[in-house]
Amino acid sequence: MRHAIIAASLAVLLTSATARAGEVRIACYSDGNECESTEILAARFMQANPDIKIAIDKMSFKAIQESLPVQLAAGQGPDIVRTTDFGPIMAYMLDLTPYVKDPAYWEANYGGTLGWMRRDANDHGIYGLMTQLTISAPLVNKTLFDQAGVAVPKAGATWDEWATAVKQVKEATKIVGGMAWDRSGARFAGPSISMGATYFAADGSPAVIDDGFKAMASRYVAWAKDGTVKGDIWSQAATGYRDAFDDFANGRIAVYLSGSWQLSRLEKTVGDGFDWVVGAEPCGRGGCTGMPGGAAFVALKHSKHPKDVGAFLDYLASAPVYAEWMVMTSNVPANVALQKKGLPYKLSKAGTAAIQQFGADAATLTPLAYKLQGDVMSRPIFGAVADRIAAVMAGQMTLDQAYARITSDVADAVAASKK
Amino acid sequence: MNPISTLFAFLMNLPERPMRWAQGRLSKGRLGWVFVAPNLAVFALFTFLPIAFDIHYALTGGTNLLPSQRPYVGAENFASLLDCTDHFDANTCHRDLFWHGVWNTLRFVVFQVGLMLAFSLLTAIVLNRKIIGRSFFRAAFFYPVLLSPVVVALIWKWILQREGLLNAAMIGVGAEPTNWLLDPHWAFFWSVFVSIWAHMGFYTLILLAGLQAIPAEINEASQMDATPPWRHFRRITLPLLMPNVMVVLVLGLIRAVQVFDEVYVLTGGGPGSATVFVVQYIYKTGFADQIRQYGLAAAASLLLAGVLLVLTLAQMKGSQKKNG
Repeated sequence: MRHAIIAASLAVLLTSATARAGEVRIACYSDGNECESTEILAARFMQANPDIKIAIDKMSFKAIQESLPVQLAAGQGPDIVRTTDFGPIMAYMLDLTPYVKDPAYWEANYGGTLGWMRRDANDHGIYGLMTQLTISAPLVNKTLFDQAGVAVPKAGATWDEWATAVKQVKEATKIVGGMAWDRSGARFAGPSISMGATYFAADGSPAVIDDGFKAMASRYVAWAKDGTVKGDIWSQAATGYRDAFDDFANGRIAVYLSGSWQLSRLEKTVGDGFDWVVGAEPCGRGGCTGMPGGAAFVALKHSKHPKDVGAFLDYLASAPVYAEWMVMTSNVPANVALQKKGLPYKLSKAGTAAIQQFGADAATLTPLAYKLQGDVMSRPIFGAVADRIAAVMAGQMTLDQAYARITSDVADAVAASKK
Repeated sequence: MNPISTLFAFLMNLPERPMRWAQGRLSKGRLGWVFVAPNLAVFALFTFLPIAFDIHYALTGGTNLLPSQRPYVGAENFASLLDCTDHFDANTCHRDLFWHGVWNTLRFVVFQVGLMLAFSLLTAIVLNRKIIGRSFFRAAFFYPVLLSPVVVALIWKWILQREGLLNAAMIGVGAEPTNWLLDPHWAFFWSVFVSIWAHMGFYTLILLAGLQAIPAEINEASQMDATPPWRHFRRITLPLLMPNVMVVLVLGLIRAVQVFDEVYVLTGGGPGSATVFVVQYIYKTGFADQIRQYGLAAAASLLLAGVLLVLTLAQMKGSQKKNG
């Protein structure tokens, strides 16, 4: 009897082990339909590779951000994760170089963004595949501009010219706020770089506060005070990300500083409710730039099936599949060849014009914007900037106090990360 | 005997042999430990062990999660949290958000516990009277207790947001709408109000049970003596209700110091840091920040635990004095 029980238990264990062999689990969140479209491609991949199973666990962005580092430290977690935050998980990333067919293809086509997942300049590993390249830019409610009889600022217009135009639209149309920016230090980074902020000292260490940063911060706070900017998006919370999408979709603001990841939401939500366009990147003495970014499928090194992980990401990275994926998700491709070639998006007229504008912006963003996005300390910098500028908007500190706090917050984060 | 009863009797008799064996070998006093051992094991695993880990994290630094990879830093985390020029002005503190949380929590405790005790007592007294629809009102007051804190916060957010129900009603009567959750004072007021609304039913129930336990003859004797109502309340009801009031006070205080979920969903700690409480700071530092400082979060949670311990001991001492 005892032997029978042991035999039965072993049989159950073996069967479950066999069932799990070759299973690649992906923790995925969607900006629009990224997980769903990956499921379609995964089904096709599994047909061609019946010994590999791809399981996609859909979860929220916040759930991934908050639980993943803890899971990974405990030796748990998925094989692949979709994330925008590479710094905290760098120690757990799997170098796919031995598992992809042609590393040179990856380097040639995805080289610019592969660097975002690398530890330093000496690191040449392939740790993941960008599922999109996002570009921040002003989304403009053209109907409101037309109603106000104000022209949408053209390429080369400065931030001050944008602010003046937006204020005119606000006053003419009686909307609640002229423009709104997502509550995010990354969103603030584009305009501040345009105003001349450099974010790094000569030795490459973070140095956030300089004249360029102050020029943008003081403008932003002043705009929030006079209603040019809808400041409550920032001041409403003590910490964390908040977007202003609902305000834009409901016609409560004329300009929304967000980015290309909102495209499918815009298509679905706004539809033909009003005319909207993507404005040219506003300028300052530092250039005319937004911020690049985006989420990647990152491979994790505790995976028991690194070969399968490599095979699946290799499949997604191949030009025809990646092109189809980008069309399905209405995303700007991180693949340089596809960026140049252009893709046959199935979007509305406004959507098509928008994605063309985002694609064109990708090539003109300043190198500093790419460097900042890829820096290990970018997230702590963005967090400190958003929280402290928000505190100024809420009337809890002065700008000078905020500058001092941003500097000390970033210094604390650097010190903590070095221990 | 049916088979179920036989099986039940068999199962019940199973521990008899080992118990007799243990009784033979252990003294009466030691046998007690055998009975509490399972509970103690659970307690040790889920309470004492986490406390030990918490202390370890508080005394170590860095961003590594695994205890073995964390360097010992002594009291550095506590020193960092307590580093202020003027503790009454959070802006002069190195960890200003922690101190905003401390002072906000203190204000919240004073207002929330004080008002909740008063309203719960008043409601319990009213519900203890023979009023029409008493059972309905008892159920109605208890109902919010059954809701999850997130649901409570979302309901109130829906009411209080700029385009919410309350502003719609205000516009309906010709008043100016207000940004209830964007003004620091109003946001704090609503945090206290929503918390009282959500938890009052539970405390009302405890006080109601206390009121019903007061012997009817005492009330009758007081009525026969024509004792004025206020005097009756002060000299008879309140002293007899004191044990229940103490329970409500201790539970309410502990809950108020731990406030997080409802307010976090309702206001996100804002506007600015007007409704940031200590637990939100712990959550942010340990789990939401990009660079996670588990040591700081652990140190803050130990300080919070220390405050709770002092408050509870003080109240226990107070109630002992009253009873003694």
